[in-house]
Amino acid sequence: MLSANLSAIFYLISGVLFILALRGLSSPETSRQGNFFGILGMIIAITVTFLSIGNFSTGFIAVLMFLLIGGLIGSFIAYKIPMTAMPELVAGFHSLVGLAAVFVAIAAFLNPEAFNLGSPNNIKLGSLIEMSIGAAVGAITFSGSIIAFLKLQGIMSGSPITFKGQHLLNALILISIIVLTYLLCSTQSSNLFWILLAVSFLIGFLLIIPIGGADMPVVISMLNSYSGWAAAGIGFTLENTALIITGALVGSSGAILSYIMCKGMNRSFFNVILGGFGATEQSASIQNKEQRPVKSGNADDAAFLMKNASSVIIVPGYGMAVAQAQHALKEMVDNLKKNDIKVSYAIHPVAGRMPGHMNVLLAEANVPYDEVFELEDINNDFANADVAFVIGANDVTNPVAKTDPQSPIYGMPVLDVEKCKSVLFIKRSLSPGYAGIDNDLFYKENTLMLFADAKKMTEDITKNL
Amino acid sequence: MEIDPFIFRLSIFILSIFIGYYVVWSVTPSLHTPLMSVTNAISSVIIVGAIIAGLAGNSDSIFDTSSIFGFLAISLAAINIFGGFLVTQRMLAMYKKKKKDK
Repeated sequence: MLSANLSAIFYLISGVLFILALRGLSSPETSRQGNFFGILGMIIAITVTFLSIGNFSTGFIAVLMFLLIGGLIGSFIAYKIPMTAMPELVAGFHSLVGLAAVFVAIAAFLNPEAFNLGSPNNIKLGSLIEMSIGAAVGAITFSGSIIAFLKLQGIMSGSPITFKGQHLLNALILISIIVLTYLLCSTQSSNLFWILLAVSFLIGFLLIIPIGGADMPVVISMLNSYSGWAAAGIGFTLENTALIITGALVGSSGAILSYIMCKGMNRSFFNVILGGFGATEQSASIQNKEQRPVKSGNADDAAFLMKNASSVIIVPGYGMAVAQAQHALKEMVDNLKKNDIKVSYAIHPVAGRMPGHMNVLLAEANVPYDEVFELEDINNDFANADVAFVIGANDVTNPVAKTDPQSPIYGMPVLDVEKCKSVLFIKRSLSPGYAGIDNDLFYKENTLMLFADAKKMTEDITKNL
Repeated sequence: MEIDPFIFRLSIFILSIFIGYYVVWSVTPSLHTPLMSVTNAISSVIIVGAIIAGLAGNSDSIFDTSSIFGFLAISLAAINIFGGFLVTQRMLAMYKKKKKDK
């Protein structure tokens, strides 16, 4: 049996290894080593827990069994999941962290002796507060992530669900969570504990349903952050350093990602969280839409334009993920490179459904990461490029964000696609994008619309090159 | 007067938030998806709590209500740990540099 002090030191070591795991992600070269540190930290934490309990009887076998079952399921999912489904996977994983936090809190509430927290109905006040916070945040993470998962998976419509008095209801529920926590701490009643959990599950659902599909990058980052805070809450209850450090790391990581995503859309965090974006504007813009002429072309025209270009910038978006067009795109680019055409990729921060979504898909298609650029690094290059190839992106290229203060996306940083000599825009139809506004780019003199499925069109262009 | 151990844990917590802040800002945007999957995996270190709960049952009945919740939490966290690290590994293996000989 490991002494409490020694195990605390090992937990600290695993906390430090987790910090190094995140540090490794500062560049792709060090990232694999970082992941290894993370795995090592986890092995240490689990081993130390076993050793410090020092009970290797029947319960130990059961623990290993459940560990193995989970491990097999997790490994199976990790190997099978297509890269395009990464946002759903991450949302699903968040829900599991949330639920695990809830279960640990329940176990600690029912059997506080095992955790050294006092006895049932007489739990130490501090521990009870920490436990309630961990359980409530965990429950919110769980149900919120389930909704995010359903929306990303397409089981639930991606459009915002709003109703009258929604914000008032949410505010009342949030207040009731605080009141319940207070009452729970003063009465130690288990009924209140269950009510607190139920209400927290409910608010998780209600908070996410009004948020639309394309705001999912913010939602996923936010839930990532919540899962961290839930872990930290449980870490305080268990007086476990590894859990506290990790919770804080994950919590701030998710918060930073949410901030970056909000900035990428020039919207405040609250504007995203309160939801309903795109629902009202959409109907308005459809009514006022005047018929403007567009130039549309076919694969042959597009191939001709690109063959005569000396530099091409590719702008991928969520549509590329939906059409699974990344491999076809890479093939087209390889053909262009054979003709000595310079190709680079421009990624908008909110392209796709989660932070870094496009980068992973391009990496999957074997695109070298040093050909892929972030918005601020490449935006000046559009003016010197011959062709911009927009595949599955829309709002992030809309020049209206720079010119029309009335537009809902005004002020959002956009890719200066229109400065290219010519623009090729793959899209199924002229329908507006997520923000529900028309894209001026469609009607520009130098834009050629390619109305087709992204994958099919890209393949056809390759044939014509 | 003695300082409550809670204060020490709070200090660790606050300082870790700052570490997290600086470390995460240094993560390159192209690795934001692996960042999310790896944070998922490491936040499942909550499994230590689940293991304690699972082993807490007394010897004649290992499956009392509290340890059942522990066992379930072990499986959930294990899905995340294995799934999270492996999928991160899979993603990171795909990030390659341009070949020089081209």
